[in-house]
Amino acid sequence: MIEILLIYAIIPLIKIAVIVLFLSGAIAYLTLLERKLIAHIQVRLGPMRVGWHGLLQPIADGLKFLLKEDIVPAKADAFIFTIAPAISLLPAFLVFAVVPFGPPDMLKDFLSWILGWFPFLNLDPETIARIAENPIASGGYVTDINIAVLFVLSVSSVGILGIILGGWASNSKFPLLGALRSSAQMVSYEVALGFAIIGVLLVAGSLSLVEIVQNQQQEQIWYVFVQPVAFVLFFICGLAETNRLPFDLPEAETELVGGFHTEYSGFRFSLFFLAEYANMIAVSAIGVILFWGGWLRPFPNSDWLSFLDFIPGVLWFLGKVFMFLYVFIWLRGTLPRFRFDQLMQYGWKIFLPVALGNVVVTAGVLLAFL
Amino acid sequence: MKTTVEESTVLDAKVLELNMGPQHPSTHGVLRVKLKLDGERVLDAECIIGYLHRGVEKISENRSYIKCVPYYDRTDYIAAVSNVYGYLLGVEAMMQIEVPKRAQYIRIMMTEFSRISSHLLWLATHALDIGAMTVFLYCFREREEILKLFEALFGARLTTHAFRVGGLWKDLPAGFEEAARKFLDEFPERVDEYEQLLTKNRIWMARTQGIGVISGKEAIEWGLTGPVLRGSGMKHDVRKDRPYGGYEEFDFDVPVGENGDTYDRYLVRLEEMHQSRRIIQQVLDRLPDGPVRGKAPKIVKPPVGEYYSGIDGPRGELGYYIVSDGSAQPFRVRIRPPTFISLQVLRRLVRGHLMADVVAIIGTLDIVLGEVDR
Repeated sequence: MIEILLIYAIIPLIKIAVIVLFLSGAIAYLTLLERKLIAHIQVRLGPMRVGWHGLLQPIADGLKFLLKEDIVPAKADAFIFTIAPAISLLPAFLVFAVVPFGPPDMLKDFLSWILGWFPFLNLDPETIARIAENPIASGGYVTDINIAVLFVLSVSSVGILGIILGGWASNSKFPLLGALRSSAQMVSYEVALGFAIIGVLLVAGSLSLVEIVQNQQQEQIWYVFVQPVAFVLFFICGLAETNRLPFDLPEAETELVGGFHTEYSGFRFSLFFLAEYANMIAVSAIGVILFWGGWLRPFPNSDWLSFLDFIPGVLWFLGKVFMFLYVFIWLRGTLPRFRFDQLMQYGWKIFLPVALGNVVVTAGVLLAFL
Repeated sequence: MKTTVEESTVLDAKVLELNMGPQHPSTHGVLRVKLKLDGERVLDAECIIGYLHRGVEKISENRSYIKCVPYYDRTDYIAAVSNVYGYLLGVEAMMQIEVPKRAQYIRIMMTEFSRISSHLLWLATHALDIGAMTVFLYCFREREEILKLFEALFGARLTTHAFRVGGLWKDLPAGFEEAARKFLDEFPERVDEYEQLLTKNRIWMARTQGIGVISGKEAIEWGLTGPVLRGSGMKHDVRKDRPYGGYEEFDFDVPVGENGDTYDRYLVRLEEMHQSRRIIQQVLDRLPDGPVRGKAPKIVKPPVGEYYSGIDGPRGELGYYIVSDGSAQPFRVRIRPPTFISLQVLRRLVRGHLMADVVAIIGTLDIVLGEVDR
């Protein structure tokens, strides 16, 4: 009984709590990282006052947002206006339910060590070993479902609802324009994004994110080298999905003041803000898993790099995610913004056909040669 | 003026009226534009100005000629030096005051510095409007150096009260020439940095090429001057056509564009910065010794008459039409503000473009609301 409870309830719940806490911290410090990086790109220092080199800045920001007055515009649709930020933030966190941070046996040693420390559980060594062997308990993820990719796609498209509803419920023209832009943009780019992912799925033959990484281990190659076109498309569409420059049209502050969040302030605004950064991390994590081998080191299974194995898989994973985030921020410091019609043209006339072509070619090659 | 706008569009949807400004991040001050939108397409735009009106021209009628000067600092506050320059040239011509050679040269140098700093601010905000935020801070880095030079010579950074009737307040401070030369040596590299980020950038080109096109002939009909006119291929520069204040002694080119779009105006202004640098270098090389202030009376009383003094400011022909009734106060000073005139063309330029182009076009016209409203 206690064994089943541990495997299916207690340990996953602890993992969820750890991931949520870790993510919140990561998001907070991602904002600081962005400010620092952009500042150094622009020959300035960025936050320096709160803590050493501004290290406490995210905490100060969070406190400030909490202390601000919570304003709901008089003519806004109060209910929808209130829940829209939550709708936007929640899916961004939900994605991480299926994201594998490490291999299925990541926590094996840790579990068999730590479970011995709880004498009141009365666990004999065989039970501990069984628990530690079970991937549901010891995997570096909350859950491994066999339709994980579909889950990610569907959950992340719910997040867009938050932006659309928030912009609409504000009952103001600038947010409305921002919301319209975002709905058009997300719909267009989600299609191309989906097709880009199909290329990987064809090669991997699985929809489970864990299996996709394991397949990359078996084939001894990261899929980015097999599917470079799909990766480029995925990355560009990922930028568009997360509303980052050069595709940050829904908020385009110099055109639409603040876009969909013009009327938001205080804590609700910060939820939108957090959602954007959580989405950035989510897209990066999915990109790393699909194309850059997840928790694998470079050239997995080849012996001449085996000295790299002392670095745990989760660090490889986080390091690669960091690289992604770095490029996101770097692009923001470098590129101007697209115009709305240009964005749609690129989406429908270039990215979608290329993604479709990639699917056809991949499928053809697989059929003909493998 | 009534315009015929299709009031109903597809599916009989209503036209969206959007108020851009007076509080908006990219209307460069307190410009208010009433946009009529079909989706994001601009059907019509109406500029509403006057939020910064201070009645500078009327105030001038109640001040002595000398006391007017600081007010003109505050019309086009981005290029305060050239404003004062244009006015003083007019007063000196009416009074027939000889300005010493050294003062003339220093005036030209500082006016060109002010042109560079003004263009830098234009590029900074224009790029920011289109989303390139790094260029913004790069430009401010260089502008800071120029403002330091201003502070060293004039004692102020923004509202400089640069020149006096008959010359300058005082001579160049020690170390000024070295600092100026150091800036000029570094400047081309810095401009290359902006160009790396923008000129061949596909997104920048897509955002600016073919946006806000105006032909040279039409630009003249609208009364446009300065970089906006030159971007349309018309070689008009007051410094060349009616040289003033000693400009005829210096070599420089007048860059012109071809297509009259936002991209060409961008290129023209970038090249103008290089040409200004050329002029300043010649000034520094040939700077004569001597006094910096000619013989000017304590009380300026021009003879009865009227005079128009026009200079080529950073934004176009900046004119002062001064009418004197022989007293110590001008009877009337009419300022010809270049951006007030180029702002009128906004409505013609934005029609048919998208919402995002409106900010690009406002940026390319390089307006300063302090000057538009006066």
